[in-house]
Amino acid sequence: MRLTPEEVDHITLLARLELSPAERERAAGELSQILDYFEQLKQLDTENVEPTEHVLPINNVLRVDETRPCLSLEAVLQNAPEHASGMFQVPRVVEAE
Amino acid sequence: MSKYEIVIGMEVHAELLTESKQFCGCANVAVAPPNTHVCPVCLGFPGSLPVLNEKSVELSLRTVLAFDSKINKHTIFERKNYFYPDLPKAYQISQRLFTLGEGGCVEIDVAGQDGQVQTKRVGLSDVHMEEDTGKSQHGEAIGDPDSSLVDFNRAGIPLLEIVSAPDMRSIEEAESYMATLRQVLLYLEVSDCKMELGRLRFEASVSLRPFGQEEYGTRVEVKNLNSMKAVRDSLRAEIERQTKILDSGGKVQQQTMLWDEASGTTQPMRSKEQAHDYRYFPEPDLVPIEIDNAWLDRVRAAMPELPRARRQRFQTDYGLSAYDAEILTSTRDIASYYEAALENYNNPKTISNWVANELLGRLNAENKDIIASPVRPTQLRDLVKLIDDGTISGKIAKEVFDEMFMEGRDAILIVREKGLGQISDTSEIEAICQRVIEANPKAVEDYKGGKERSFAALVGGVMKETRGRANPALVNELLKKQLS
Repeated sequence: MRLTPEEVDHITLLARLELSPAERERAAGELSQILDYFEQLKQLDTENVEPTEHVLPINNVLRVDETRPCLSLEAVLQNAPEHASGMFQVPRVVEAE
Repeated sequence: MSKYEIVIGMEVHAELLTESKQFCGCANVAVAPPNTHVCPVCLGFPGSLPVLNEKSVELSLRTVLAFDSKINKHTIFERKNYFYPDLPKAYQISQRLFTLGEGGCVEIDVAGQDGQVQTKRVGLSDVHMEEDTGKSQHGEAIGDPDSSLVDFNRAGIPLLEIVSAPDMRSIEEAESYMATLRQVLLYLEVSDCKMELGRLRFEASVSLRPFGQEEYGTRVEVKNLNSMKAVRDSLRAEIERQTKILDSGGKVQQQTMLWDEASGTTQPMRSKEQAHDYRYFPEPDLVPIEIDNAWLDRVRAAMPELPRARRQRFQTDYGLSAYDAEILTSTRDIASYYEAALENYNNPKTISNWVANELLGRLNAENKDIIASPVRPTQLRDLVKLIDDGTISGKIAKEVFDEMFMEGRDAILIVREKGLGQISDTSEIEAICQRVIEANPKAVEDYKGGKERSFAALVGGVMKETRGRANPALVNELLKKQLS
């Protein structure tokens, strides 16, 4: 099953990846192969198999509602490419009215 | 008046009243300097692992039980994937396939056609747990038109989302729904519901259709609603907008609108990051939750009587009017105060008047919560006892109450100290009546001539002489006797 260029564009947009035409071509092939493999898996009879939500056979891992110390502001912003007023600074996301 | 039927659905987000966040130990606080309540988990650092807060599940279960939703005893978290700067992991941990609660309903009061109050059930489609996102501010608000600033203190605060069916048919019904939901959440102590702090948030979706049409019209979501008033005003504006479009033969676009308080209009939300393809999948970092009956029993045991049930009980058990019962159950603290005052003294009607009128009136005037009332329930009860046993008149009681409210002292002490006790001594009152009759020959003459009103003037004279302390029934009786 070959993905259309539009489908590849959509996937790269969702993943926020910017691909060169060559990379896009390669991704299209690889993604198509992965989908083909799932087509193959679909042939298995899973009629009586419970869907797997988690691979670990345990439930209810919970913590008591207690606070713990947080990071210092300095540590929080240490890796931020840009910050201002103690906040992470990013390109504007909501357009001007 | 309009030829279109209004169809409204509501999504409610309530931040839960926990100490710590949903998946980490950072404090759950609404107001703090930016990024001071964050850690590797809620910042989505690689290698960090979320661990679910037990209390948040319990609070969510309370809500699910209160609204009679079906509980999914096996429930899981999923990742809702999208990119937005206030979402540090680029996914939100949420629920979709096996939400904690499914279905259920909220019973609201609506005005029926005959003006009588009727009960309407607004269906719920689901109740699910998720984590809150961070907060961002944009452009001019931060003095930089090209930037947004992000604070992650809110990221990871446990959030309960309650999604209604499109069952509301007017703005009034939507308002009743919001008020009811808020009241129940407050009773359950699930959220502090402070809308001004964003602890409780509403999103409305609204569509119009010609009366009689089966299928729904195109719905528009309205966001940025931080008060009940904003919901009401934005719905009114949006309904007007859609009506105009339909009237002119146009089509309503499916979109998200933002309420703009300043202009009083809804404006299309324009985001650069919109791509609604969330690709939910089971959250591999969190194991499933199994809810057994023992757990449910524990949650049930911690649930209070809900406002509607308590209101009905106040009417049947205490003989209160629907109106009084509503006021006295408006909050859990008021209802508890009232019942504490009733303890060991069975005069529910008088006590309800004192709580609903005098006490709440004074508290509201001073912007105080009933928890901070200077008059304790037992003190109010003792004041009512003094009226009932004839020690003081109702009028004097209000004076005494004022003193109690200011000083927090017992009624009996104030009555004794100020000599406010009622005069019920026959000979004393007789003597005063005699003086008043002698001083008001005109009134006496008029009364004997058939003017009933003159009698009231004479009673007033006696009351004035005694500063309101004379037993009114005795005054009436003795005056009549002396005048005949």
